[in-house]
Amino acid sequence: MIKIQNLKKSFGTNEVLKDINLTIKPQEVVVVIGPSGSGKSTLLRCINLLESITGGHIYIEGKDITDKKNNLNKMREEVGMVFQQFNLFPHKTVIENIMLAPVKVRNVPAETARARGLELLRKVGLEEKAEAYPSSLSGGQKQRVAIARALAMEPKIMLFDEPTSALDPEVVGEVLEVMKQLAKEGMTMVVVTHEMGFAREVGDRVIFMDGGYIVEENEPIPLFENPQQERTQAFLSKVL
Amino acid sequence: MDFRFDIIAEYAPFLLKGTLLTIGLSLAGILIGTVLGLLIGLGKMVNNKLIALPFSLYITFFRGTPLFVQILLIHFGVVPAFLGHTNAVAAAILALSLNAAAYIAEIFRAGIQSIDRGQMEAARSLGMTHGQAMRHVILPQAFKRMIPPLGNEFIVLIKESSLAAVITAPEIMYWGRAMAGQYYKVWEPYLTAALIYLILTISLSFILSRLERRLKTE
Ligand SMILES: Nc1ncnc2c1ncn2[C@@H]1O[C@H](COP(=O)(O)OP(=O)(O)OP(=O)(O)O)[C@@H](O)[C@H]1O
Ligand SMILES: [Mg+2]
Repeated sequence: MIKIQNLKKSFGTNEVLKDINLTIKPQEVVVVIGPSGSGKSTLLRCINLLESITGGHIYIEGKDITDKKNNLNKMREEVGMVFQQFNLFPHKTVIENIMLAPVKVRNVPAETARARGLELLRKVGLEEKAEAYPSSLSGGQKQRVAIARALAMEPKIMLFDEPTSALDPEVVGEVLEVMKQLAKEGMTMVVVTHEMGFAREVGDRVIFMDGGYIVEENEPIPLFENPQQERTQAFLSKVL
Repeated sequence: MDFRFDIIAEYAPFLLKGTLLTIGLSLAGILIGTVLGLLIGLGKMVNNKLIALPFSLYITFFRGTPLFVQILLIHFGVVPAFLGHTNAVAAAILALSLNAAAYIAEIFRAGIQSIDRGQMEAARSLGMTHGQAMRHVILPQAFKRMIPPLGNEFIVLIKESSLAAVITAPEIMYWGRAMAGQYYKVWEPYLTAALIYLILTISLSFILSRLERRLKTE
């Protein structure tokens, strides 16, 4: 599904991703953990081409998205992204947020896009908020709308960058619930999170990053209970 | 001190015509200036430094020199070069528009840059092109933020259009100076002119603050 080969990314002289190799299978849920500044966000942003990469290759279903010949916008449509800060469009209602890309990018008729948008809102439990503006929603509701908005483009894979870190503790659960549901339906997902419970329950694989490298990867239970690397042990002892 | 209301009354029709011209000049200045300003602002934001340079020089020139000098240059230099003769009203409109465009270009740029980076990223991650993201996501939000500083620029233009009197465009101050010259009076013409400007600017501020409040509640 996704194959990352020798991925490197520098900001000026600061090499943030040093040599990332990672393969993600269809329907797999990969959880990425690691200390602040280890390059987790940068990795997701590279997969979504929000950052230009310095070296290596990223293949999505066999297509090299780093190849200049490929249409980047087309590639981005295949990858949905959910941000820590939601990034809803504040001048548009909830349903308009969801309809915008299908209508403008895919030329879906407005009626079809609206019907599909309402269906997605039902799925995240926010049908009654369709006509509300984002400013009137709670953090958890905003994030659920952001998930619905990303799903409206029918992506093949969803990237989540700390989707619950900006939320009040009491609404974290409702967002995780939606993500669990998605995973159950077979969505391929890469999730950066500090929610170890979620990683354990939903993750097929956990990746520990540090200093721009993937230091260790394994299934959740062995990785959490029996980490092989010293750096993983040190990190886990702090967060668990 | 005898304050001569009779000469104010005598000049009232001229002052009224002058007021209409003042409104016309500043309205033309803000409208043309906005269109030009958007283009110049966009030009300055182009990534290619070579393309951005002329726009950047334009802004530096018009913001870095007095409007008075610009009006004289345009009236006695630029307009005659194109028309063969000069025309005070045309020169005043041109000078005010070009000057406003430089300020509005910066208002526009600041408006766009004030929008959170995450908005562009979210739009791009949904597959929108840079142009689509600008048009549907960034610009509508930026325009809303531009309205207060644009209103402010409008008020500045109303006041600065008084400089057009020196090139004999018959706006408020032109008639004020005519009145002062005819009767050797100071207070009557200039206080009257000041009062008219105050009425104009206070009314405009009032309209603008209502507009802003309306936008905020949306
Ligand atoms: N646009 C940028 N320009 C320059 N440096 C950047 C940029 N974005 C990230 N970095 C740097 O790259 C490094 C990795 O950042 P990244 O955001 O990927 O870390 P992270 O693992 O997501 O951390 P956190 O847990 O704090 O979100 C950091 O040192 C950061 O300062
Ligand atoms: Mg991060």
